[in-house]
Amino acid sequence: MRNPFRSEAEAYRFLLLTIGYFGAILIATLAGGKWAGLAIFAGLTLAGLYWFFRRGESERPVQTAPRRRGGEDERRILVIANETVGGATLRETIRERTAGYRANVLVVSPALNSPLKHWVSDEDAARAGAQQRLDASLARLRESGVEAEGEVGDGNPLQAMEDALRTFGADEIVISTHPEGRSNWLERGVVTGARERFVVPITHVVVDLEAESEDVRQAPT
Amino acid sequence: MSAHTEAHHGPPEAHQSSRVDARVLGMFLFIASEVMLFGSFFTAYFFVRVSGHQPWPPHPFHLPVFVAGINTAILVTSSFTMHWGLTSIKRGNRAGLQAGLLLTFLMGLTFLLTQIREYSRLGFAPSDQAFGTIFYCLTGLHGAHVFVGLMLLLFATIRAFRGHYTPEAHQGVEIPGIYWHFVDVMWIVVYSTVYIL
Repeated sequence: MRNPFRSEAEAYRFLLLTIGYFGAILIATLAGGKWAGLAIFAGLTLAGLYWFFRRGESERPVQTAPRRRGGEDERRILVIANETVGGATLRETIRERTAGYRANVLVVSPALNSPLKHWVSDEDAARAGAQQRLDASLARLRESGVEAEGEVGDGNPLQAMEDALRTFGADEIVISTHPEGRSNWLERGVVTGARERFVVPITHVVVDLEAESEDVRQAPT
Repeated sequence: MSAHTEAHHGPPEAHQSSRVDARVLGMFLFIASEVMLFGSFFTAYFFVRVSGHQPWPPHPFHLPVFVAGINTAILVTSSFTMHWGLTSIKRGNRAGLQAGLLLTFLMGLTFLLTQIREYSRLGFAPSDQAFGTIFYCLTGLHGAHVFVGLMLLLFATIRAFRGHYTPEAHQGVEIPGIYWHFVDVMWIVVYSTVYIL
Protein backbone atom coordinates (compact mmCIF):
# COMPACT_ATOMS: atom_id res chain seq x y z
CA MET A 1 0.00 0.00 0.00
CA ARG A 2 1.48 3.37 -0.98
CA ASN A 3 0.69 6.61 0.75
CA PRO A 4 -1.02 9.19 -1.47
CA PHE A 5 1.39 11.96 -0.44
CA ARG A 6 4.60 10.24 -1.53
CA SER A 7 5.13 12.77 -4.31
CA GLU A 8 3.47 15.90 -5.65
CA ALA A 9 2.07 13.95 -8.61
CA GLU A 10 0.43 11.41 -6.30
CA ALA A 11 -0.88 14.14 -4.00
CA TYR A 12 -2.37 15.87 -7.05
CA ARG A 13 -4.03 12.62 -8.16
CA PHE A 14 -5.38 12.19 -4.64
CA LEU A 15 -6.78 15.72 -4.78
CA LEU A 16 -8.60 14.94 -8.04
CA LEU A 17 -10.04 11.79 -6.48
CA THR A 18 -11.16 13.82 -3.45
CA ILE A 19 -12.90 16.33 -5.73
CA GLY A 20 -14.67 13.49 -7.58
CA TYR A 21 -15.59 11.74 -4.33
CA PHE A 22 -17.11 14.75 -2.58
CA GLY A 23 -18.58 16.07 -5.82
CA ALA A 24 -20.53 12.84 -6.34
CA ILE A 25 -21.75 12.82 -2.73
CA LEU A 26 -22.85 16.46 -2.93
CA ILE A 27 -24.68 15.97 -6.23
CA ALA A 28 -26.42 12.83 -4.94
CA THR A 29 -27.43 14.60 -1.72
CA LEU A 30 -28.71 17.72 -3.44
CA ALA A 31 -30.56 15.74 -6.11
CA GLY A 32 -31.83 12.71 -4.20
CA GLY A 33 -31.73 13.71 -0.55
CA LYS A 34 -29.85 12.49 2.51
CA TRP A 35 -30.20 8.75 1.85
CA ALA A 36 -29.03 9.00 -1.75
CA GLY A 37 -25.95 10.90 -0.54
CA LEU A 38 -25.33 8.29 2.14
CA ALA A 39 -25.61 5.45 -0.41
CA ILE A 40 -23.11 7.14 -2.74
CA PHE A 41 -20.81 7.80 0.23
CA ALA A 42 -20.90 4.13 1.30
CA GLY A 43 -20.52 2.82 -2.25
CA LEU A 44 -17.62 5.09 -3.18
CA THR A 45 -15.86 4.51 0.15
CA LEU A 46 -15.99 0.73 -0.24
CA ALA A 47 -14.94 0.91 -3.91
CA GLY A 48 -12.09 3.28 -3.00
CA LEU A 49 -10.81 1.04 -0.21
CA TYR A 50 -10.99 -2.04 -2.46
CA TRP A 51 -9.09 -0.29 -5.24
CA PHE A 52 -6.51 1.16 -2.85
CA PHE A 53 -5.59 -2.19 -1.31
CA ARG A 54 -5.70 -4.13 -4.61
CA ARG A 55 -3.48 -1.57 -6.29
CA GLY A 56 -0.88 -2.05 -3.56
CA GLU A 57 -0.77 -5.79 -4.24
CA SER A 58 -0.27 -5.46 -7.98
CA GLU A 59 2.22 -2.60 -7.86
CA ARG A 60 5.80 -3.36 -8.80
CA PRO A 61 8.23 -2.52 -6.00
CA VAL A 62 10.86 0.20 -6.27
CA GLN A 63 14.19 -1.37 -7.28
CA THR A 64 17.25 -0.91 -5.09
CA ALA A 65 20.78 -0.98 -6.49
CA PRO A 66 23.45 -1.11 -3.77
CA ARG A 67 26.59 0.97 -4.19
CA ARG A 68 29.69 -1.02 -5.09
CA ARG A 69 32.00 -1.35 -2.11
CA GLY A 70 35.38 -2.96 -1.66
CA GLY A 71 38.31 -3.39 -4.01
CA GLU A 72 38.41 -4.90 -7.50
CA ASP A 73 39.83 -8.13 -6.14
CA GLU A 74 37.12 -8.42 -3.54
CA ARG A 75 33.89 -10.36 -3.89
CA ARG A 76 31.13 -9.42 -1.44
CA ILE A 77 28.49 -12.06 -0.96
CA LEU A 78 25.36 -11.52 1.08
CA VAL A 79 23.88 -14.79 2.25
CA ILE A 80 20.31 -14.87 3.49
CA ALA A 81 19.43 -18.06 5.19
CA ASN A 82 17.82 -19.22 8.32
CA GLU A 83 17.85 -22.89 9.24
CA THR A 84 19.55 -23.87 6.01
CA VAL A 85 22.68 -21.77 6.47
CA GLY A 86 24.72 -24.75 7.58
CA GLY A 87 23.93 -26.83 4.52
CA ALA A 88 26.84 -28.28 2.51
CA THR A 89 25.29 -27.11 -0.79
CA LEU A 90 25.32 -23.53 0.43
CA ARG A 91 28.90 -23.76 1.65
CA GLU A 92 29.93 -25.17 -1.72
CA THR A 93 28.13 -22.36 -3.54
CA ILE A 94 29.86 -19.70 -1.47
CA ARG A 95 33.24 -21.28 -2.18
CA GLU A 96 32.47 -21.34 -5.92
CA ARG A 97 31.36 -17.72 -6.01
CA THR A 98 34.40 -16.41 -4.16
CA ALA A 99 37.00 -18.54 -5.91
CA GLY A 100 39.89 -16.35 -7.11
CA TYR A 101 38.73 -13.34 -5.11
CA ARG A 102 39.25 -11.96 -1.66
CA ALA A 103 36.01 -13.15 -0.11
CA ASN A 104 33.87 -10.97 2.09
CA VAL A 105 30.82 -12.91 3.16
CA LEU A 106 28.02 -11.63 5.35
CA VAL A 107 25.43 -14.11 6.56
CA VAL A 108 22.14 -12.60 7.64
CA SER A 109 19.76 -14.72 9.60
CA PRO A 110 16.28 -13.16 9.76
CA ALA A 111 14.66 -13.25 13.19
CA LEU A 112 11.57 -15.10 11.99
CA ASN A 113 8.60 -14.55 14.22
CA SER A 114 4.88 -15.17 14.28
CA PRO A 115 2.71 -12.26 13.08
CA LEU A 116 1.08 -11.95 16.51
CA LYS A 117 4.41 -11.79 18.33
CA HIS A 118 5.70 -9.35 15.74
CA TRP A 119 2.82 -6.95 16.27
CA VAL A 120 3.15 -7.08 20.05
CA SER A 121 6.93 -6.53 19.77
CA ASP A 122 7.73 -9.89 21.37
CA GLU A 123 10.91 -10.47 19.37
CA ASP A 124 13.47 -11.47 21.99
CA ALA A 125 13.02 -15.22 21.57
CA ALA A 126 13.03 -14.95 17.76
CA ARG A 127 16.25 -12.95 17.78
CA ALA A 128 17.90 -15.27 20.28
CA GLY A 129 16.95 -18.28 18.15
CA ALA A 130 18.25 -16.62 15.00
CA GLN A 131 21.50 -15.72 16.78
CA GLN A 132 22.00 -19.34 17.89
CA ARG A 133 21.48 -20.66 14.37
CA LEU A 134 23.76 -17.97 13.01
CA ASP A 135 26.56 -18.82 15.45
CA ALA A 136 26.31 -22.50 14.57
CA SER A 137 26.28 -21.71 10.86
CA LEU A 138 29.29 -19.42 11.04
CA ALA A 139 31.19 -22.09 12.93
CA ARG A 140 30.36 -24.66 10.25
CA LEU A 141 31.36 -22.26 7.48
CA ARG A 142 34.70 -21.63 9.20
CA GLU A 143 35.26 -25.38 9.52
CA SER A 144 34.83 -25.72 5.78
CA GLY A 145 37.21 -22.85 5.04
CA VAL A 146 34.76 -20.00 4.46
CA GLU A 147 35.45 -16.92 6.59
CA ALA A 148 32.22 -15.08 7.15
CA GLU A 149 30.64 -12.54 9.43
CA GLY A 150 27.05 -12.62 10.46
CA GLU A 151 24.18 -10.65 11.86
CA VAL A 152 20.58 -11.17 12.83
CA GLY A 153 18.24 -9.34 10.47
CA ASP A 154 14.66 -8.18 10.26
CA GLY A 155 11.97 -10.85 10.49
CA ASN A 156 10.95 -10.09 6.92
CA PRO A 157 13.68 -11.66 4.73
CA LEU A 158 13.28 -9.00 2.01
CA GLN A 159 13.65 -6.20 4.53
CA ALA A 160 16.64 -7.99 6.08
CA MET A 161 18.26 -8.11 2.63
CA GLU A 162 17.58 -4.44 1.97
CA ASP A 163 18.99 -3.38 5.34
CA ALA A 164 22.12 -5.46 4.77
CA LEU A 165 22.58 -4.09 1.24
CA ARG A 166 22.60 -0.54 2.55
CA THR A 167 25.35 -1.16 5.09
CA PHE A 168 27.30 -4.03 3.51
CA GLY A 169 26.57 -3.67 -0.22
CA ALA A 170 26.98 -6.88 -2.20
CA ASP A 171 28.13 -8.16 -5.56
CA GLU A 172 25.75 -11.03 -5.23
CA ILE A 173 22.99 -12.28 -2.98
CA VAL A 174 22.68 -15.95 -2.17
CA ILE A 175 19.32 -17.04 -0.81
CA SER A 176 19.20 -20.40 0.80
CA THR A 177 15.87 -22.16 1.19
CA HIS A 178 14.43 -25.59 1.83
CA PRO A 179 13.18 -27.53 -1.20
CA GLU A 180 9.83 -26.55 -2.70
CA GLY A 181 6.95 -27.89 -0.68
CA ARG A 182 8.84 -27.52 2.58
CA SER A 183 9.98 -23.93 2.16
CA ASN A 184 7.85 -21.20 3.64
CA TRP A 185 10.02 -18.58 1.91
CA LEU A 186 9.37 -20.09 -1.52
CA GLU A 187 5.68 -20.21 -0.78
CA ARG A 188 5.76 -16.51 0.10
CA GLY A 189 7.71 -15.66 -3.05
CA VAL A 190 10.80 -14.35 -1.25
CA VAL A 191 13.19 -15.28 -4.08
CA THR A 192 10.93 -13.78 -6.76
CA GLY A 193 10.40 -10.68 -4.61
CA ALA A 194 14.14 -10.26 -4.13
CA ARG A 195 14.73 -10.48 -7.90
CA GLU A 196 12.13 -7.75 -8.42
CA ARG A 197 13.50 -5.45 -5.74
CA PHE A 198 17.27 -5.70 -5.93
CA VAL A 199 19.46 -4.97 -8.94
CA VAL A 200 22.09 -7.53 -7.91
CA PRO A 201 22.70 -11.07 -9.22
CA ILE A 202 20.72 -13.44 -7.04
CA THR A 203 21.49 -17.11 -6.64
CA HIS A 204 18.90 -19.38 -5.14
CA VAL A 205 20.36 -22.38 -3.39
CA VAL A 206 18.05 -25.19 -2.39
CA VAL A 207 19.36 -27.04 0.62
CA ASP A 208 17.81 -30.33 1.56
CA LEU A 209 18.89 -30.64 5.16
CA GLU A 210 17.02 -33.92 5.59
CA ALA A 211 18.91 -35.55 2.72
CA GLU A 212 22.20 -34.13 4.00
CA SER A 213 21.64 -35.46 7.48
CA GLU A 214 20.67 -38.79 5.97
CA ASP A 215 24.01 -38.79 4.14
CA VAL A 216 25.79 -38.08 7.37
CA ARG A 217 23.96 -40.89 9.10
CA GLN A 218 24.77 -43.31 6.30
CA ALA A 219 28.44 -42.35 6.06
CA PRO A 220 29.86 -44.49 8.93
CA THR A 221 28.21 -47.70 7.76
CA MET B 1 49.08 3.15 5.28
CA SER B 2 47.21 0.11 6.46
CA ALA B 3 44.37 -1.56 4.59
CA HIS B 4 42.04 -0.49 7.33
CA THR B 5 42.67 3.24 6.91
CA GLU B 6 42.56 2.97 3.11
CA ALA B 7 39.02 1.61 3.29
CA HIS B 8 37.69 4.56 5.31
CA HIS B 9 37.28 8.01 3.82
CA GLY B 10 35.37 10.23 6.20
CA PRO B 11 32.44 9.21 8.37
CA PRO B 12 30.44 6.12 7.48
CA GLU B 13 27.46 6.52 5.22
CA ALA B 14 24.23 7.22 7.10
CA HIS B 15 22.14 4.11 7.48
CA GLN B 16 18.61 4.55 6.23
CA SER B 17 16.38 1.60 5.71
CA SER B 18 13.39 3.58 4.49
CA ARG B 19 12.59 3.40 0.78
CA VAL B 20 11.38 7.02 0.80
CA ASP B 21 13.56 10.10 0.48
CA ALA B 22 14.11 11.53 3.97
CA ARG B 23 12.65 14.96 3.08
CA VAL B 24 9.53 13.46 1.52
CA LEU B 25 9.21 11.13 4.50
CA GLY B 26 9.41 14.16 6.80
CA MET B 27 6.61 15.87 4.89
CA PHE B 28 4.56 12.67 4.95
CA LEU B 29 4.93 12.33 8.72
CA PHE B 30 4.03 15.99 9.12
CA ILE B 31 0.91 15.51 7.01
CA ALA B 32 0.01 12.39 9.00
CA SER B 33 0.13 14.48 12.20
CA GLU B 34 -1.94 17.15 10.46
CA VAL B 35 -4.58 14.59 9.51
CA MET B 36 -4.85 13.70 13.20
CA LEU B 37 -5.09 17.37 14.15
CA PHE B 38 -7.87 18.02 11.64
CA GLY B 39 -9.43 14.70 12.70
CA SER B 40 -9.80 15.95 16.28
CA PHE B 41 -11.50 19.14 15.07
CA PHE B 42 -13.82 17.16 12.78
CA THR B 43 -14.70 14.89 15.69
CA ALA B 44 -15.74 17.96 17.68
CA TYR B 45 -17.69 19.27 14.68
CA PHE B 46 -19.61 16.01 14.13
CA PHE B 47 -20.30 15.77 17.87
CA VAL B 48 -21.74 19.30 17.94
CA ARG B 49 -23.78 18.66 14.84
CA VAL B 50 -25.17 15.23 15.81
CA SER B 51 -25.82 16.01 19.46
CA GLY B 52 -27.54 19.34 18.64
CA HIS B 53 -30.59 17.67 16.99
CA GLN B 54 -31.09 20.85 14.98
CA PRO B 55 -30.89 21.75 11.30
CA TRP B 56 -27.44 22.84 10.15
CA PRO B 57 -26.50 25.65 10.48
CA PRO B 58 -28.68 26.17 13.57
CA HIS B 59 -31.12 29.06 13.62
CA PRO B 60 -30.45 32.04 13.31
CA PHE B 61 -27.00 31.49 11.72
CA HIS B 62 -26.32 31.58 7.96
CA LEU B 63 -23.20 30.50 6.13
CA PRO B 64 -21.96 32.26 2.96
CA VAL B 65 -22.19 29.14 0.79
CA PHE B 66 -21.90 30.96 -2.53
CA VAL B 67 -18.84 33.05 -1.67
CA ALA B 68 -17.21 30.04 -0.05
CA GLY B 69 -17.99 28.08 -3.23
CA ILE B 70 -16.19 30.67 -5.34
CA ASN B 71 -13.32 30.57 -2.86
CA THR B 72 -13.26 26.76 -3.17
CA ALA B 73 -13.01 27.04 -6.95
CA ILE B 74 -10.10 29.48 -6.56
CA LEU B 75 -8.25 27.15 -4.18
CA VAL B 76 -8.83 24.09 -6.37
CA THR B 77 -7.60 26.02 -9.40
CA SER B 78 -4.48 26.97 -7.45
CA SER B 79 -3.68 23.27 -7.12
CA PHE B 80 -3.95 22.90 -10.89
CA THR B 81 -1.47 25.74 -11.41
CA MET B 82 0.82 24.25 -8.76
CA HIS B 83 0.86 20.95 -10.63
CA TRP B 84 1.36 22.76 -13.93
CA GLY B 85 4.34 24.64 -12.52
CA LEU B 86 6.00 21.47 -11.28
CA THR B 87 5.30 19.62 -14.52
CA SER B 88 6.84 22.56 -16.38
CA ILE B 89 10.15 22.48 -14.52
CA LYS B 90 10.34 18.72 -14.98
CA ARG B 91 10.26 19.45 -18.72
CA GLY B 92 12.80 22.23 -18.40
CA ASN B 93 10.24 25.03 -18.85
CA ARG B 94 11.33 27.66 -16.32
CA ALA B 95 8.77 30.25 -17.41
CA GLY B 96 6.01 27.71 -16.80
CA LEU B 97 7.34 27.06 -13.30
CA GLN B 98 7.52 30.77 -12.50
CA ALA B 99 4.02 31.45 -13.86
CA GLY B 100 2.60 28.37 -12.11
CA LEU B 101 4.06 29.26 -8.73
CA LEU B 102 3.11 32.93 -8.99
CA LEU B 103 -0.48 32.13 -9.96
CA THR B 104 -0.72 29.57 -7.17
CA PHE B 105 0.54 32.09 -4.65
CA LEU B 106 -1.84 34.82 -5.85
CA MET B 107 -4.85 32.50 -5.81
CA GLY B 108 -3.93 31.22 -2.34
CA LEU B 109 -3.63 34.81 -1.14
CA THR B 110 -7.01 35.65 -2.70
CA PHE B 111 -8.56 32.69 -0.87
CA LEU B 112 -7.13 33.78 2.46
CA LEU B 113 -8.09 37.44 2.06
CA THR B 114 -11.62 36.48 0.98
CA GLN B 115 -11.95 34.24 4.01
CA ILE B 116 -10.82 37.03 6.34
CA ARG B 117 -13.28 39.41 4.66
CA GLU B 118 -16.08 36.89 5.11
CA TYR B 119 -15.27 36.53 8.80
CA SER B 120 -16.02 40.24 9.24
CA ARG B 121 -19.41 39.86 7.52
CA LEU B 122 -20.65 36.62 9.06
CA GLY B 123 -22.53 38.25 11.89
CA PHE B 124 -21.49 35.77 14.56
CA ALA B 125 -18.38 35.29 16.65
CA PRO B 126 -16.48 32.24 17.97
CA SER B 127 -18.19 32.78 21.32
CA ASP B 128 -21.68 32.40 19.80
CA GLN B 129 -22.73 28.86 20.80
CA ALA B 130 -20.83 25.68 20.02
CA PHE B 131 -21.66 26.22 16.35
CA GLY B 132 -19.73 29.49 16.20
CA THR B 133 -16.80 27.98 18.07
CA ILE B 134 -16.43 24.91 15.87
CA PHE B 135 -17.01 26.89 12.66
CA TYR B 136 -14.24 29.37 13.44
CA CYS B 137 -11.94 26.64 14.77
CA LEU B 138 -12.24 24.47 11.66
CA THR B 139 -12.06 27.23 9.08
CA GLY B 140 -9.46 29.12 11.13
CA LEU B 141 -7.29 26.02 11.46
CA HIS B 142 -7.47 25.58 7.72
CA GLY B 143 -6.76 29.28 7.17
CA ALA B 144 -3.63 28.97 9.31
CA HIS B 145 -2.50 26.11 7.09
CA VAL B 146 -3.14 28.18 3.99
CA PHE B 147 -0.97 30.90 5.51
CA VAL B 148 1.88 28.43 6.11
CA GLY B 149 1.43 27.12 2.57
CA LEU B 150 1.65 30.66 1.25
CA MET B 151 4.95 31.18 3.05
CA LEU B 152 6.34 27.99 1.47
CA LEU B 153 5.05 29.10 -1.92
CA LEU B 154 6.54 32.56 -1.48
CA PHE B 155 10.00 31.13 -0.86
CA ALA B 156 9.63 28.70 -3.76
CA THR B 157 8.44 31.50 -6.07
CA ILE B 158 11.32 33.80 -5.10
CA ARG B 159 13.78 30.98 -5.68
CA ALA B 160 12.19 30.16 -9.04
CA PHE B 161 12.61 33.79 -10.17
CA ARG B 162 16.21 33.75 -8.95
CA GLY B 163 16.95 30.88 -11.28
CA HIS B 164 16.87 27.99 -8.84
CA TYR B 165 15.46 24.53 -9.70
CA THR B 166 16.26 22.35 -12.68
CA PRO B 167 14.48 19.39 -14.32
CA GLU B 168 16.66 17.13 -12.12
CA ALA B 169 16.61 19.13 -8.86
CA HIS B 170 13.25 20.61 -7.88
CA GLN B 171 12.67 19.20 -4.41
CA GLY B 172 12.04 22.74 -3.16
CA VAL B 173 8.88 22.86 -5.30
CA GLU B 174 7.88 19.24 -4.85
CA ILE B 175 7.48 19.49 -1.08
CA PRO B 176 5.42 22.72 -1.00
CA GLY B 177 3.35 21.11 -3.77
CA ILE B 178 2.54 18.09 -1.62
CA TYR B 179 1.63 20.39 1.26
CA TRP B 180 -0.51 22.65 -0.94
CA HIS B 181 -2.53 19.72 -2.31
CA PHE B 182 -3.04 18.47 1.23
CA VAL B 183 -4.37 21.90 2.27
CA ASP B 184 -6.68 21.80 -0.74
CA VAL B 185 -7.96 18.32 0.13
CA MET B 186 -8.71 19.45 3.68
CA TRP B 187 -10.64 22.47 2.41
CA ILE B 188 -12.78 20.29 0.16
CA VAL B 189 -13.66 18.18 3.21
CA VAL B 190 -14.37 21.33 5.30
CA TYR B 191 -16.46 23.00 2.61
CA SER B 192 -18.46 19.87 1.80
CA THR B 193 -19.25 18.93 5.38
CA VAL B 194 -19.58 22.33 7.08
CA TYR B 195 -21.08 24.50 4.34
CA ILE B 196 -23.09 22.15 2.12
CA LEU B 197 -24.10 18.84 3.70
